[in-house]
Amino acid sequence: MNDARFLPKQAKRKRAGAIFQAVCLVSIGFSIAVLAILIVDVSRDGLRWLSWDFLSRYPSRIPARAGIKSAILGSLWMMALTAGISFPLGVGAAIYLEEYAPRNWFTRLLQTNISNLAGVPSIVYGILGLAIFVRFFGFGRSVLAGAATLALLILPVVIIASQEALKAVPNSLREASYGVGATKWQTIRYQVLPVALPGILTGTILSLSRAIGETAPLIMIGALTFIAFAPTSPMDPFTVLPIQIFNWTAKPQADFHDLAAGAIIVLLVVLLVMNAAAIVLRNRYQKRF
Amino acid sequence: MYTRKLIRVLFVAAPLALVAAGCGGGDEQAGDEAGLSGMVSIDGSSTVFPISEAMAEEFQIANPDVRVTVGISGTGGGFKKFCAGETDISNASRPIKPTEIELCAENGVEAMEIPVAWDGLTVVRNPANDWATCMTVDELARLWQPGSTIERWNQIREDWPDEEIVLYGPDTDSGTFDYFTEAIVGEEDASRDDYTASADDNVLVVGVEGDEGSIGYFGFAYYEESSDRLGAVAVDNGNGCVAPARETIENGTYAPLSRPMFIYIKPDALAKPQVRAFVEFYLNNATALVPEVGYVPLATEKYEELLGDLPAAM
Repeated sequence: MNDARFLPKQAKRKRAGAIFQAVCLVSIGFSIAVLAILIVDVSRDGLRWLSWDFLSRYPSRIPARAGIKSAILGSLWMMALTAGISFPLGVGAAIYLEEYAPRNWFTRLLQTNISNLAGVPSIVYGILGLAIFVRFFGFGRSVLAGAATLALLILPVVIIASQEALKAVPNSLREASYGVGATKWQTIRYQVLPVALPGILTGTILSLSRAIGETAPLIMIGALTFIAFAPTSPMDPFTVLPIQIFNWTAKPQADFHDLAAGAIIVLLVVLLVMNAAAIVLRNRYQKRF
Repeated sequence: MYTRKLIRVLFVAAPLALVAAGCGGGDEQAGDEAGLSGMVSIDGSSTVFPISEAMAEEFQIANPDVRVTVGISGTGGGFKKFCAGETDISNASRPIKPTEIELCAENGVEAMEIPVAWDGLTVVRNPANDWATCMTVDELARLWQPGSTIERWNQIREDWPDEEIVLYGPDTDSGTFDYFTEAIVGEEDASRDDYTASADDNVLVVGVEGDEGSIGYFGFAYYEESSDRLGAVAVDNGNGCVAPARETIENGTYAPLSRPMFIYIKPDALAKPQVRAFVEFYLNNATALVPEVGYVPLATEKYEELLGDLPAAM
């Protein structure tokens, strides 16, 4: 500090630092404020409708009788099937790309395409799902068709997240495994995957929480609006929470707008639980090197 | 060790469960001796949706083993599915078009029309607007026709204030838009396009409510729910001003903006006992349920007549 070279413009530099910090603070404050306004607004309208009855009743034209049972069950079916389809496919693709594929123009082309697919608007996946799963494969307007469509939608993100997790596994681990005579498959199965799994799971759960909020592709493939029974098989017709919310906000009666707010709270809670699960998984299983 | 188990579960059990669930599903429940069962699938207009939704709800309370589904894909979208044989019943806020009849015929699907209710398209104004309480069809046509240059209220009638007109209306995919343009402008889908369009009628309600010089139109149910915040414009079709109300819509004096709502059924589908029972339930309960969801029922005798017209059971 005694060196004169440190002193010039010190006040100005410190001020610039303070300004930058303030800008960052405003950014985070803005995001949180928007979320807080949403939560306060939704809670004011919706909280009084939340009850066990609201969760366990089917939708109704009479607000006091209406509930979201079919929407919740539909969303759960949807998530389970979407995870079941996208997880093995996504992780399999990531393992191939990271561990097996040679580095050449073809894999680079694949890689670019996957990154681009992650940016395709969700409605496009809806049109694709309608043509392929609903019509061509003949799944009809079933939970399975919806789940397959959403699985396609989140697949690029699952692949990329899994690849990043696999990349983060130190090479020394693989080399050590080969060194004691393990095969490539054994190395992946017993060394690489267990280490990468927390990251893979976090990425998968986060993309599933995107899928649970999707409406457009499901409306496109013909998810239904009024359903007063629970799906009992993947071939059953279904509705999901976002569609129920959308339907209620479009109704003329103000009570339904409040019911929609109630359903939004439920959806937010589900999202929060999923994101919390992602954090818990990451903290519990993550190893540091 | 946890992680290994986790891997096994995620990679082996999840897809297996999927396959197992897939194989178990898809069994259509056929007729049950004790009562009705099976599926009734309905799709189509969002305007008719509330009526069919109410019917589906009550019908399933009476017949818990029948699964009734109601979708919203618009009148046109509904007919596409109906003509492809994917649905039993199609909701429609306008009669079926010749091109759609053709499409149905190509797939061997016959469409039988059943009117189920009346709706009155309502022209609404901001309550602060105390001048335009009644407009003639011609004035509305001049305001809404394509290329209309009317920007201020005094361009419609000279004694109206020199205030800007702000227009709100449904988007062009809506059956309400089709009907309004046909009835007012005289040609389907012919409308000026410099208005705020929304598929969500609640957006139109809020828009007209917040803007003093505004005018818009949508279904009667939305006006009835917001009549404390909006004013209706009575329509003069040459026989004096008639305001939209349940009576004037039912007796047809609210012209030309009273319009019928339909369901279309496949006569073949009536062979399924649950579909027949549902259609009969629909007509038997329309008088009670239609007003509850904001529409105007047909005369009770009309429903009885329609019931009698259903093709006999096979």
